[in-house]
Amino acid sequence: MENLSALDPRGPVAEMQLSLIQLSLYVMIFVIVVVFAIYTFVLIRFREKPGDTHIPKQVHGNRALEFIWTAIPILLLLILAIPNVMETFTLADTGIPENGEEAEAEGEEAEGEEPLVVEAHAHQFWWEFVYPDLEVNAGQDLYIPTDRRIVVELHASDVIHSFWVPSLAGKQDNVPGITNDLWFEAPEEGVYFGKCTELCGASHWLMDFKVLAVDPDTFDTWAEGMAEPDQELTEPEGEVAVEGREIFEANCIQCHAVGEDGGAEGPNFTNFGERTVVAGFLDYEEENIHDWIRDPASLKPDNQMPAFDENTISDEEMDALIEYIDGLKVLE
Amino acid sequence: MSNSTASSKKSVLWDWLTTVDHKKIGIMYFFGGLFFFTIAGIEAMLMRIQLMFPEMGFLGEQTYNELLTMHGTTMLFLAAMPLFFGFMNFVMPLQIGARDVAFPFINSLGLWLFIFGGIILNISMLAGGAPDAGWTAYAPLSTTSPGNGVDFYVMGLQVAGAGTLMSAINFLVTIVNMRAPGMSMMRMPLFTWTTFVTSMLILFAFPALTIGLLLLMMDRVFGGAFFDTAMGGNVVIYQHIFWIFGHPEVYILILPAFGIFSEIISTFAKKRLFGYSAMVFATMIIGFLGFMVWAHHMFTVGMGPVANAIFAVATMAIAVPTGIKIFNWLLTLWGGRISFTVANLFALAFIPSFVLGGVTGVQLAMSAADYQFHDTYFVVAHFHYVIIGGSVFGIFAGTFYWWPKMFGYRLSESLGKWFFWLFLIGFHLTFFIQHFLGLIGMPRRVASYLDGQGFNEMNFISSMGAFLMAVAFILLVINVLISRKNTDNVQDPWDGRTLEWATTSPVQEYNFAQTPLIRDLDALWYEKMSGNGKMKAAEPLDEIHMPNGSILPIFIALGLSIAAFGVIYSAWFVIGAGLLLTFAMMFIRSIKEDHGYHIPVSEIKKDKGEG
Repeated sequence: MENLSALDPRGPVAEMQLSLIQLSLYVMIFVIVVVFAIYTFVLIRFREKPGDTHIPKQVHGNRALEFIWTAIPILLLLILAIPNVMETFTLADTGIPENGEEAEAEGEEAEGEEPLVVEAHAHQFWWEFVYPDLEVNAGQDLYIPTDRRIVVELHASDVIHSFWVPSLAGKQDNVPGITNDLWFEAPEEGVYFGKCTELCGASHWLMDFKVLAVDPDTFDTWAEGMAEPDQELTEPEGEVAVEGREIFEANCIQCHAVGEDGGAEGPNFTNFGERTVVAGFLDYEEENIHDWIRDPASLKPDNQMPAFDENTISDEEMDALIEYIDGLKVLE
Repeated sequence: MSNSTASSKKSVLWDWLTTVDHKKIGIMYFFGGLFFFTIAGIEAMLMRIQLMFPEMGFLGEQTYNELLTMHGTTMLFLAAMPLFFGFMNFVMPLQIGARDVAFPFINSLGLWLFIFGGIILNISMLAGGAPDAGWTAYAPLSTTSPGNGVDFYVMGLQVAGAGTLMSAINFLVTIVNMRAPGMSMMRMPLFTWTTFVTSMLILFAFPALTIGLLLLMMDRVFGGAFFDTAMGGNVVIYQHIFWIFGHPEVYILILPAFGIFSEIISTFAKKRLFGYSAMVFATMIIGFLGFMVWAHHMFTVGMGPVANAIFAVATMAIAVPTGIKIFNWLLTLWGGRISFTVANLFALAFIPSFVLGGVTGVQLAMSAADYQFHDTYFVVAHFHYVIIGGSVFGIFAGTFYWWPKMFGYRLSESLGKWFFWLFLIGFHLTFFIQHFLGLIGMPRRVASYLDGQGFNEMNFISSMGAFLMAVAFILLVINVLISRKNTDNVQDPWDGRTLEWATTSPVQEYNFAQTPLIRDLDALWYEKMSGNGKMKAAEPLDEIHMPNGSILPIFIALGLSIAAFGVIYSAWFVIGAGLLLTFAMMFIRSIKEDHGYHIPVSEIKKDKGEG
């Protein structure tokens, strides 16, 4: 799949990491070639020939040789250690001024170049993205503009998770009680795949998310739509959808918010109709939405969403509900 | 005083249950380890079948997580370590010319604690759910995991770990105190040296595991809050405690293999080990650095750039002593006369395999790059390369090498070569490709993967390799069963260099009728080159004092296991009863006078064929 590989970087952070990986690979190939060459030579040259019973000379060692194969590895490791230490510090510096530095940094940073801060809250087994400066709360999809550095603050609400977008950035853990951060930039528009990489329970393997890098204008439209949903955008179109909204308000709104109404136990639904997948991994099809609502646990074991059987939401009501949430869009 | 004829009348089963003979304990460790190795191998095969195709429904997610936890835990604690302990118990006292280990009773207790700990852990599968939080059992996933699975993990490892710690202390005291005259530390065979350093690592690492498991138990069973952030706990502390144990643990698994390879390579190259003293010091440095680098497992947990940079550089430093070892082995082969026995094939295949695993270790040590590698299949590939290409190859090499000494017959070389090649090819097929799987985005510990993400073909190939390894292992089992008639030339079949090859096969219960006098490194080889090939005696022939067997160790271990089940099911009465049994047995051990027995000179002469 496109945009899921650390070998195919689409941003400066992943590029930096790939170049480090490549540097180490070259050094290691050198080591491997040297060892394999000696190894092959020795095995061919000194194998026991039939009838050969001579006793080899019993050698104790050789100080000079032993010094050489101590010194050369140390040099090779220095070649790797120096750029690694530098980049470890580069990656740790998000560019957000800390308390003491604030005054100094203010004059230099022009408006618009400041990093966009996003909080990534990891839940079993979905992602919530909160934009504190924009008053936006989004589920599953991380929208970002292409023109700014993104700083992700990592939080966990239950167990340890880990935030990884291979083609844009490496990973950092979401640890309960601790706030980590990482930064990256996505200069090209595109959809980048992200995964949870820390074992977090039965459905760990389905804890995927997407990073959608869009042009700055689209991002602003999206952010405005999410923060103060235009009545026209979220107002249901047609009778069926109006009925669907009633069903949503009766069953779903405790956990799923639309616009400013609703709870935050589950992913925010303000732009549900713009998703390409359901529950983070199923194709966005009416049938899958239906199956998911009927029995979420069979698709994603141990997840927190309760099942809604025919007694709670009849098949007809379900159609209306899906009609309604399918119409929730902020970008159109 | 009773003598050996009295004990030989008892039944065979009673003899094995009560034995304090290090050789029998070694054999039981070996078969116990082999049993769990088979179980963990089956678990691995189930996982590889599940991962053969995308979105397979062969196993459920929960079952998969239980299998991955049990596979890792069983392989490390109940297979690899016990198999090495088997060799250490059997071979090490022979290599230093001792009659037994320092504390035979403790040795037996250590064995039974391992066996009972293994049983506790595996009963979880029958008792409604195995542990499912990974072999590292990171909090809070482990503290909040429903059911009793993680409780079985905690108590099983606690019981087995106590046994491991006792055995390690026993080995240390044995090596320090019981070397034959002339066996200075710098004349000890490399396998004895690695046993020594490994035991040191266990001595310092296992208490950390004990504490980590205790804290987990407090949180799970007694409502503690060490790892509950809502109550002011800290979940990262668990990771530090775990890896302070867990990183040295990987060296506990690899150093004994280094020792075995050193013995085998020098034996089959017919040469003294090149740079012996450098090898000894490299072993010690690796052991020391093993304690200094635990946090490289935690680069992504948010320790900050200073800690990450320090642990990155410290980790890379381990490559230096390891490199010294690799080149010393190559130079041992250089100028030798190399014979390609199965034991040596495994030793020789180890060198390139381990180098491949080692270089990815250096890559993983680079903290900034590790943000990409961490918790992906790249890591899975790396540690299987070092653990299979190192530890398991070491176990197989040691098996073929010492089998005649341990069991009195030689394994078939031709069947062994089939086993070797199938296993080698299967191993590389399984794990080489996983490096790329990780880099293209496959996280580890995933119960399945979605179609269309580019993981399909590589996972299929990887599973095919696993099948090859399974077939190879079956060939080993067949080899063990059908080779029993190969009983000629079992005393010293490889033209050995070290003392274990100076004993009879099977080895007398007192090992050496007269303690040998050691005159150089590779003591037996030295005598072969400069004398008649027999060890000189360091003492006159005299009656030998031996310890009596005892059934108490089994009951002490049983008592602790009963108490462990009490903890798992929060049954206070059961905890009390189990501890009472244990303390009662310890009390009996303390007050009962047991002076052992003596083997008379006449019987020793009869064994030697002189009477």
